[in-house]
Amino acid sequence: MDSIIERINHNKFWHFHGGIHPPEQKALTASKPIKQLPLPKQLIIPLQQHIGRQGDLLVKVGVQVLKGQPLTQSSNPMAVPIHAPTSGIISAIKKSVIAHPSGLSELCIFLDVDGEDTWLTRKICHDYTKLSQQDIIHKIADAGIAGMGGAGFPTHIKVNAKPEINFLIINAAECEPYITADDLLMREHSDAIVDGIKILAQVLNPAFILIGIEDNKPQAIKALQHAAKDVEKIKVCVLPTKYPTGGEKQLIKVLTGKEVKSGALPIHSGIVMQNVATCFAISDAVINDIPLIRRVVTLAGQALSKPQNVWALIGTPVSHLLEQTGFTNEYENSAITNTSIANPPVANPPVTSPPVIMGGPLMGFSILNEQVPIVKTSNCILAPSKAEMPSAFADKSNEVECIRCGQCAEVCPSQLLPQELQWSAKAKDHQQLSKLNLFDCIDCGACAYVCPSQIPLVQYYRIAKAEIRQQQQLDIKAEKAKARFEARKLRLEKEKIAREEKHKKAAAARKAMLDKKAADGSSASSAVAAALARVKAKKEAKENANKPQVESTKSSDNNISDDKSQVNAAIARAKAKKLAKKTANKLTESEQAKELAANSTETHEKVAELAITNKKTTTQDKSSQDKKAKIAAAVAKAKEKAKEKANKTHEQTPPLSGVAKEEVNISTKEKEDKKVRVAAAIAKAKAKAKTKKEQEKQPSPTDKEST
Amino acid sequence: MAFWIASSPHNHNQAETSALMKLVIYALLPGVFAQWYFFGWGNLIHISLAITTALTCEFIVLSLRSKSKTNNISKQLFDGSAILTAILLGICLPAIAPWWISVIGAAFAIVVVKQLYGGLGHNPFNPAMAAYVMLLISFPIQMTSWQPPLNLMNIDLGLSNTLATIFTGFTSEGYSVEQLRTSIDGFTMATPLDTLKTNLDLGFTTFEILESNIFTNSLPSGLGIAYGWEWINIAFFSGGLVLIAKKAIAWQTPLSFIVSLLVCTFIAYSISPDSSASSLFHWLAGGSMLGAFFILTDPVTGATSVKGRLVIGALAGLLVYLIRTFGGYPDGVAFAVLLCNMAAPLIDQYTRPRTYGHGIDNKANKHTGAN
Repeated sequence: MDSIIERINHNKFWHFHGGIHPPEQKALTASKPIKQLPLPKQLIIPLQQHIGRQGDLLVKVGVQVLKGQPLTQSSNPMAVPIHAPTSGIISAIKKSVIAHPSGLSELCIFLDVDGEDTWLTRKICHDYTKLSQQDIIHKIADAGIAGMGGAGFPTHIKVNAKPEINFLIINAAECEPYITADDLLMREHSDAIVDGIKILAQVLNPAFILIGIEDNKPQAIKALQHAAKDVEKIKVCVLPTKYPTGGEKQLIKVLTGKEVKSGALPIHSGIVMQNVATCFAISDAVINDIPLIRRVVTLAGQALSKPQNVWALIGTPVSHLLEQTGFTNEYENSAITNTSIANPPVANPPVTSPPVIMGGPLMGFSILNEQVPIVKTSNCILAPSKAEMPSAFADKSNEVECIRCGQCAEVCPSQLLPQELQWSAKAKDHQQLSKLNLFDCIDCGACAYVCPSQIPLVQYYRIAKAEIRQQQQLDIKAEKAKARFEARKLRLEKEKIAREEKHKKAAAARKAMLDKKAADGSSASSAVAAALARVKAKKEAKENANKPQVESTKSSDNNISDDKSQVNAAIARAKAKKLAKKTANKLTESEQAKELAANSTETHEKVAELAITNKKTTTQDKSSQDKKAKIAAAVAKAKEKAKEKANKTHEQTPPLSGVAKEEVNISTKEKEDKKVRVAAAIAKAKAKAKTKKEQEKQPSPTDKEST
Repeated sequence: MAFWIASSPHNHNQAETSALMKLVIYALLPGVFAQWYFFGWGNLIHISLAITTALTCEFIVLSLRSKSKTNNISKQLFDGSAILTAILLGICLPAIAPWWISVIGAAFAIVVVKQLYGGLGHNPFNPAMAAYVMLLISFPIQMTSWQPPLNLMNIDLGLSNTLATIFTGFTSEGYSVEQLRTSIDGFTMATPLDTLKTNLDLGFTTFEILESNIFTNSLPSGLGIAYGWEWINIAFFSGGLVLIAKKAIAWQTPLSFIVSLLVCTFIAYSISPDSSASSLFHWLAGGSMLGAFFILTDPVTGATSVKGRLVIGALAGLLVYLIRTFGGYPDGVAFAVLLCNMAAPLIDQYTRPRTYGHGIDNKANKHTGAN
């Protein structure tokens, strides 16, 4: 540790391997101060502008919001809230294209600006040294601060570090060409930045604070040195200009000589790194209670007539920024018309619109259309002209075969072998790619910048990384599916075994019983014998049905069930009443026969009901009026149906009206009996089936008929 | 308004493979000029023949392959790689070898050694060297008909005569190749290395051998090491330095080759000065400098890692010395190069550089703070 400090004091920094020196192009925007733009008409604020999860919405469409009002809240540590950058009315919450290379749409809040710019009431903190660590971390979290250097990691998690911190490194390098946002911010607001650093120091209590800045920013260096001269711990370290000095791992290596182990975070080595813009936002949040609602954005490129740095509100659509800086589309007056949708999926389509890049030329991504909003991590909008950046306008690749010249390996800051990676990526050799440490690639683009064969190396690596990740996801899924399948197989086998045991036991029991019966002879307790007895009894019942001795029939039928005598009694009463009514009305024999049939069916109905009740002895529900009515209705329905059936069968028999009464009385009685019996048997079977169906529908016994 | 989608990085240093090849060709020119100055038009004619054959063969093969590739054939044809191969082959051939030697050699180099293995970037062996070795083994007489330096010849050999010799085997006056090779003294001349080797076998000591006039500086522009060849090697050496300065080739391979050759020959010379030549002789005779700067540094067939390049150079130096001293052929550069090409992938695998963040001990990191 001491050796590190000694070297830093002597300005003898370390080096990282590789790196390139692309033309800086910073003079274009570095000479002008940061401009305050007029308010745009509408802001499109994505709900997620950081690594992590979306917050929960606090507002709805149509609500009036004030400047600085939180629009989402975080219920999860990885969620960072967003705030309204200006006052206005929420006009929509829907999916819209976000600032991501994929060009996909995510949920965004559309805020119609009312132009008043009214603030929420804020509480200024006059002495932040009195705040506790947790207070400061809460303030940072509530202000929605995420890393503004490009990655967007939630700051409150990063600064909520428990182990002892050796170094707090402030990344002021800004190594990428064209971008001067941090440079201007340091020149104009170095005091606020140093305040932010002091706040961080209060939270983290590091042993040393290092500000890494490249030597192409002399004014910013002076400003920082001046602002930090009272703070002992802070050392402004001026580093030689090289891309990518601003990469986290590379900056750590240059300032401290330590390498971050692959797969580990800098915090594990006792180092925390924050961007200068994040420090500025922290000071705003803790001292002035201003949430993260604006940031400095560099607008550069030769397609703009007024390139400069601006204060852009979060959510400003790129169209507003391009308008304000005089963007000219060099394809506008050409014969090729612009399409309003994304480029058509044709191989090598002609270039019809210029590219607009969010970020720098080496790591930035081209955005889909001008509705894409500025988010917390956007530090530059680059609108190049064709002469300036011909490779961005290429409609077909100039790629040639790799000649293994090795220049890519010379410039790789992660000391990888890009050409080997490229061979393996083209061959989709995932194993070899993992062996070559593909995931240590930081996507800086230095290798593709120098490649003489103009191979788009970074693109191949991105595709390979995506494929490997996808394969890993599929593998996890497959593992889970396999575990599920194994468990299911086991379960089914167990059930099968259990079933077989049960069958065996039942078969054994049956066998035992049969053996016993064979020994005893037929007994009334055997189920088969009981059934036969039942049939016999019914036959007798039919023969007795002519006499209005319904009770006896009933009673004969009741041989089966002893415990439902009350039910049977009630049924018998009902029957008697009916018969009496019928005979009083001087029914014709046919009707009487019908009655007989009906009676017999009724008896069979009753038998069926008894069967139901037999079955329902186990389920003793409390009787209710509804159930009573339901049962009565079901029975009536079944009866009607049975009656119809009986009538049908009855019609098949010769109409009794044409037969003499006596005949009916005597001869047809027997015939009738037979026919009635047949009909009754058929009806019985049908009724049984029906009542079974009903019984399944309405699981309630017929006890209610008993008083 | 929709924008054009491109993938990062959007900036490029606009280097091109063809530019690299052209640079190498320009760096060869001093050596070619020296060859012309001392040995006449023979090599230039062979170079032209080789270039023509190479381009024709490459065109045919690329047209056959273009069904699967969508690249522009003419761009591929003129990216300089075929021309470079042809020039290298033309330089290596004896000046008065028949014309079909260079035609067969160039065709073999392009079709078999380069394209059949997959085209640019995929060939494991250096095409020019593989073709040279094939020719040497198949046509030993033609490939060993070395023309003596112009100043040592007793028959005038102008451009038309050289053309006649190459295409017909006889000069316009009727002299045969063998007669051309007979020097003023009446001996059939060979290269310095060949002379050395033959005479050492015959039992002469080095001192005696070196008195022959192809070794002394009794002839105009002679340096006293190996007449003609010394200047050619010096020219190639300077061309190579230009390439290193322009970062077209890596410096590790040439340096390691030269040092390794120095070490081997120095040890040999110290042990037995009577039967071995000096280090300077070995450096400036034969194809040492051409091999060091232009053939071993071929990116496609050489090693890619820094350590690997050092190993390849050292191995090549050792092999050249061994073949020259103990082998059957006077000059071993071609064979040494092919053997190193064979070994390159294995060397690459074992000399992979350490990636950032790997192979470090966290404890050591914390205490010493330096890597």
